[in-house]
Amino acid sequence: MAEGRSWSFGGALRNLFTGAQKRVIDEDTWDELEVALIGADFGPDITESVIDELKAKVERYRTTDYADLQRMLREDLEERLSKFDTTLKLTERPAVVLVVGVNGVGKTTTIGKFAKFLTNYGRTVVVGAADTFRAAAVEQLGTWAERAGVQIVRPQQHGQDPASVAFQTIDFAKQNGTEIVIIDTAGRLHTKGGLMDELGKIKRVVEKQAPISEVLLVLDATTGQNGLMQAQAFLEHAGVTGLVLTKLDGSAKGGFVLAVQEKTGLPIKLVGQGEGIGDLTGFTPHVFAQQLVG
Amino acid sequence: MAIFGSLSDRLTESLKNLRTKGKLSASDVDGTVREIRRALLEADVSLDVVKKFTSAVRERALSDDVNRALNPAQQVVQIVNEELIEILGGQQRRLEFAKNPPTIVMLAGLQGAGKTTLAGKLAKWLRKDGHTPMLVAADLQRPNAVTQLQVVGQQAGVEVYAPQPGNGVGDPVRVAKDAVDEARRRQYDTVIIDTAGRLGVDAELMKQAADIRKATNPDEVLFVIDAMIGQDAVATAKAFQDGVDFTGVVLSKLDGDARGGAALSVASVTGRPIMFASTGEGLDDFEPFHPDRMASRILDLGDILTLIEQAQQAFDEDEARQVAEKFATDSFTLDDFLKQMQQLRNMGSIKKMIGMLPGAGAMRQQLDDFDEREIVRTEAIIQSMTPAERANTKLLNGSRRLRIAKGSGMTVTDVNQLVGRFEQAAKMMKTVAKGGVPQIPGMGPIPGAGFGGGRGKQQQKKKGSKSGNPAKRAAENAALASGVKPGSAAASGGSGFGLGGGKPAEQQIPDLNQIQKLFGR
Repeated sequence: MAEGRSWSFGGALRNLFTGAQKRVIDEDTWDELEVALIGADFGPDITESVIDELKAKVERYRTTDYADLQRMLREDLEERLSKFDTTLKLTERPAVVLVVGVNGVGKTTTIGKFAKFLTNYGRTVVVGAADTFRAAAVEQLGTWAERAGVQIVRPQQHGQDPASVAFQTIDFAKQNGTEIVIIDTAGRLHTKGGLMDELGKIKRVVEKQAPISEVLLVLDATTGQNGLMQAQAFLEHAGVTGLVLTKLDGSAKGGFVLAVQEKTGLPIKLVGQGEGIGDLTGFTPHVFAQQLVG
Repeated sequence: MAIFGSLSDRLTESLKNLRTKGKLSASDVDGTVREIRRALLEADVSLDVVKKFTSAVRERALSDDVNRALNPAQQVVQIVNEELIEILGGQQRRLEFAKNPPTIVMLAGLQGAGKTTLAGKLAKWLRKDGHTPMLVAADLQRPNAVTQLQVVGQQAGVEVYAPQPGNGVGDPVRVAKDAVDEARRRQYDTVIIDTAGRLGVDAELMKQAADIRKATNPDEVLFVIDAMIGQDAVATAKAFQDGVDFTGVVLSKLDGDARGGAALSVASVTGRPIMFASTGEGLDDFEPFHPDRMASRILDLGDILTLIEQAQQAFDEDEARQVAEKFATDSFTLDDFLKQMQQLRNMGSIKKMIGMLPGAGAMRQQLDDFDEREIVRTEAIIQSMTPAERANTKLLNGSRRLRIAKGSGMTVTDVNQLVGRFEQAAKMMKTVAKGGVPQIPGMGPIPGAGFGGGRGKQQQKKKGSKSGNPAKRAAENAALASGVKPGSAAASGGSGFGLGGGKPAEQQIPDLNQIQKLFGR
């Protein structure tokens, strides 16, 4: 996995600096940097602000060395990424984690990996299959629960209200003393008002039983600037507390999360990098910036 | 809601300054091109494509060609429109069927692009067209993808070939190959192969996809891509083109608010046409992709063709004629109004319809405020009346109104408002039917323009020709009424009955009409 990632991950930004030791910073540099940043989905706004900052720094230190530029870019991105607290808060018992996102970003897969991640730390976990809409979503989560060795609460009948499944899951956790509850929800486009309201209902029902520790929004790294609109809508309706960035094992760089962080103040908390059950890690700004810039 | 909404907003904004100017200078063009560039980048169009696009627009806008035109600003709009159509793939392309069935369609794409759902939609669409499709579960990777396909197949009412349980068990190449034999034996004429999602950088899985292709020799390989994808669209599309070499593209999740720049990038970089668009979670939310219409949508020129098609499907002509007669004879009742409203609703969401109209971008805010349930409430009020009351609103005294309000869960004031507006509108329609010029407060020409298109002209005719011969005049009126009817009924359903939405667009109209003339609509 590690090799695969270094091959593709952040390739565009790294290419900028390979074989460039002898080069000096000139006008072309800024153009290339712009191409690289936009190519990594940072978006025009962030790209502009990063380049302006770097230009000012280069001016101030009067450097023409590419290695300096690379270091400054890395520091700049790291600084932007570490503005917010990236630790998961799961101190409540039971700690309830709601997982939300648009269709096909990898919510169910993330839950499977997250459950495994938590059991590795010796926590007991139960997952709630509240995605009662998509065909075979419950079975998919069941398979993941089996792989992770955690318990699952399934809907009792077809098309059951997702809020009631969530309720039953927490009930189960309370009765059995399970420490962490993860609730899967159906994927929904953030533009569908009715479905977003449903999310609000799930949240209200859950809160009656136990405080919600985290609401994680899963974002697909291949998403472009639309990720920002997703985050804003989900923040408004579901009170998202953290982001999970998935599919980072592909060629996408997920630069849009920086825009998401700056506009919404939501920190990235987890990073998914593959389809294997162990391919989920906590988010470290330093490592992320390092991988991006090299 | 207009698809590509945010992009059309940006372009309209950037072209607004241009429209008002009489002459076009190099700096005007530069400024506009910069705006277009930014709008496209924010819409996730790939940088290379943006550069190509903007330089083409700039070049054409500054060439002699443009200066010969009467209005240079309109020329720029036209250039942008033409270039967009060009990139989006020019003409619409249909599925190609094999001479000897079965026709084999293979689906490929990233994880979560929506392949399995799309397989169901495609199957249902083909079945409606009289084909006998068979779905093949060759995604043996993702947990329970096979089960999902089976459920989807059941919903679509088509056969699913799934010899392997999936979840990592079985050989997808073999499944695909067997499926084709099976289909030939059992005489299915189309085979749709759902493959596992894979990343462009995963050489091993890419080879597997290529093997499936080699083993089955499909007539169409469709690359399913999420409309929300960012700059990576190009890298992914290229990887898939090199890996499996797809023949067409399907754009999924177009019902979100993604600006859909990926559509431009993929079509431009791979040279493969976008064939279908998937616009929702239901199995019927699936339509052929029209590049020219999509370009018009991007430029906010409205998607009138789609609207007319939908209107034709929903409106019953006989009934329309009957209603027209009723207008003329003053026997239009609340019952008829209810029927009209239900017919209108058959066309789908009112918001979606208005979103397709030209200039809708400017009224998006009002559109968001428009409450679809308002219609349901109006329906409830009418349905709480007795048949006699519906036929004759004069019957409605205070106690009847109170009963209706209670029955429909509304207040007496609401009932009064509805009745008042209905009477007013009925009077107006009578005037129209008799050949007079109606005084309709706040009824913009837009809602009528969408249906049939002939309304404007007929209204003008009516002013000029007032035949002295009563018989001839009656014939004229009848013709007029049937032409006027669907539009004006819909319009008064929209504005006359407090279901506003038409008003804000009014000032937009002259401008857009000009552009529309430009494109010969």
